[in-house]
Amino acid sequence: MSNTTPSPRPNRNNTVVATLCVAFFVGMIGMAYAAVPFYRLFCQVTGYGGTTQRAEEQYAGKVLDRDITIRFDANASDMPWDFEPVARSVTLKIGATGRAYYRATNKLSTPTTGRATFNVSPDLAGAYFNKVECFCFTNQTLKPGETADMPVVFYVDPDIVNVPELKNIKTITLSYTMFPVEGNKPVAAAPQTGKNTNTDTAGTLGG
Amino acid sequence: MAHAVAHDDHAHHPRGWVRWVYSTNHKDIGTLYLIFAIFAGIVGGGLSIMIRWELAEPGIQIFPGLASMVYGVNGDAALDAGKSMFNAFTTAHALVMIFFMVMPAMIGGFANWMVPIMIGAPDMAFPRMNNISFWLLPPAFILLVTSMFVPSAPGAYGVGGGWTLYPPFSTSGQPGPAMDLAILSIHVAGASSILGAINFITTIFNMRAPGMTLHKMPLFAWSVLITAFLLLLSLPVLAGAITMLLTDRNFGTSFFAPEFGGDPILYQHLFWFFGHPEVYILILPGFGIVSHVISTFSKKPVFGYLGMAYAMVAIGAVGFVVWAHHMYTTGISLDTQRYFVFATMVIAVPTGVKIFSWIATMWGGSISFKTPMLWAIGFIFLFTIGGVTGVQLANAGLDRSFQDTYYVVAHFHYVLSLGAVFAIFAAWYYWFPKMTGYMYSPMIANTHFWVTFVGVNLVFFPQHFLGLAGMPRRYIDYPDAFAGWNMVSSYGSYISGFAVLIFLYGVFEAFQKKRVAGANPWGEGATTLEWQLPSPPPFHQWEQLPKVK
Repeated sequence: MSNTTPSPRPNRNNTVVATLCVAFFVGMIGMAYAAVPFYRLFCQVTGYGGTTQRAEEQYAGKVLDRDITIRFDANASDMPWDFEPVARSVTLKIGATGRAYYRATNKLSTPTTGRATFNVSPDLAGAYFNKVECFCFTNQTLKPGETADMPVVFYVDPDIVNVPELKNIKTITLSYTMFPVEGNKPVAAAPQTGKNTNTDTAGTLGG
Repeated sequence: MAHAVAHDDHAHHPRGWVRWVYSTNHKDIGTLYLIFAIFAGIVGGGLSIMIRWELAEPGIQIFPGLASMVYGVNGDAALDAGKSMFNAFTTAHALVMIFFMVMPAMIGGFANWMVPIMIGAPDMAFPRMNNISFWLLPPAFILLVTSMFVPSAPGAYGVGGGWTLYPPFSTSGQPGPAMDLAILSIHVAGASSILGAINFITTIFNMRAPGMTLHKMPLFAWSVLITAFLLLLSLPVLAGAITMLLTDRNFGTSFFAPEFGGDPILYQHLFWFFGHPEVYILILPGFGIVSHVISTFSKKPVFGYLGMAYAMVAIGAVGFVVWAHHMYTTGISLDTQRYFVFATMVIAVPTGVKIFSWIATMWGGSISFKTPMLWAIGFIFLFTIGGVTGVQLANAGLDRSFQDTYYVVAHFHYVLSLGAVFAIFAAWYYWFPKMTGYMYSPMIANTHFWVTFVGVNLVFFPQHFLGLAGMPRRYIDYPDAFAGWNMVSSYGSYISGFAVLIFLYGVFEAFQKKRVAGANPWGEGATTLEWQLPSPPPFHQWEQLPKVK
């Protein structure tokens, strides 16, 4: 041991520890960003947060002798459109395939484009709500005054009766929100065109 | 034990403003941190007293006038701006107290001062980085304060919506520059903390005196080591999350924008992955401080040293897997809730180990109720109350009705405002004679303790009743039914504010009277290395390294 050297160990040791710490720090930032795709994947797999499922088959394997009511909800966010479901609700057997229409009317004198997102409530039912056909995440352009009916084809997975939280469920609400694609949203000086880069139109996003 | 070496090296002792601005000395930087923390604490405390002043009576009294004075708006606009200003005050109060008061005081201040001395090191491992760590804080603080004066939502000024900065209110809800300034402020403060954490980890791993193994290291150094690891693990996640907010706001990304496939709930997961460890970052150094104080004034070694150290490790580790207990009402499944309830309650076990070990340290000890001991015992008492309400809130079922009520406010102020702050004052009165060489007036210091004790309990105990009765957080107004306890709570805050004046006077008085404290004013109970140095310690200590048995 020396009386003049302040540290009993060589300085390069400090650099090693500090470098490891910095590497760890950068790694954790990477993990935070990696959380974005992982969380999305997690939502799709588990239906977490009301993410509905994209059906790979066109219908359920079996139909239960039990009714379930699907309620339809529509919202237009900063949109000059009338956007509403044609029927407020439909009651069908669990496992049976149903079809519903949403009607949108452009009230402006210019063509406008909208894009819908969806969600189901209760959230946990998302994993069991299968959409065969959907107009979500695709751009819908309406001419001035034009009205369009947009179909949703869906079924409720019969496995829903095996989930403790959902086994007595009578009603599922499917909610669509229509957003403007080139609106004037009050986001601080955001280049709005840059936002329109989502090319995934198959409804696999969300959650 | 070590042979104290006390020859001050005057040749390398800078004078005047250069000593402070260019400082690479851990003690000088620690002093700067402490002064900064006191200043920020006064600002944050001032904000909270304004909040309590407004809430003293039902109705909206203070903030519209204040908004009209500060922002120059009138009539209905002043009323609206006043309501937003209330929210901006609660948000700024939280951010100031967390990032600019408790963390600088505990980690930057006391840890910077005492950890190198305690482990027998001459300084921190990276003295220049230490300087940067400190000097990043004032700009961060200025950014945050500036954010209170610039527009956020239309007709509003300052960041509202709480320290959690949840989107969409923090993205599309407040388009003005206030939020950008606040995010930048947290970025800079976070960079400061990360550099500090790296410095502490390196110092503690590499610069311990010969013979000081990790298992002989004082508990305060242990607590700082664990805190530094928590910072290193959690702060990058916050940095990532708020960077996503920033790019969502300004650069057209859509991490949290549902209309383009993002998810605002993801932000909550990221935030609380940082946010929950953050509350342990705030309290763990306090655990270390209280262990030293209790042991010193009971004249006994701390009971169950290894258990105490590893209880902190356990708290830090488990603290990373409980974050969704802040999110019970966001639609997570029952099984997920069951897990988070269980994991959260598990933390009560190592915390209980610590509480009982402190009590066991006092048991049979030769206790003297000097000022630091009063604060430390006050800490144990009040932190336990906050811990009990924490266990209640951990229950997803109860949390359904408690969440976002004043019950939560009472809970986290009992563990932080009455826990962490009491620990800071325990450290202040414990180490003040060591740091300055002067002894404060015990009479003034004890008065400070008792007035604070009465004041803060008057502020926060009634908030349990308000929360149980259903009073929600973050509102400028409330129904008349809540008037009584709110009045009590507000008077408590005035008393606590007065206690701060007593504190400042006590500091002034100590420097004025210049009572010489001596190397070890606390007697045989004070066994850690800092008490073997003179008070104040030499500019460079341990030029001859202490030998640890």
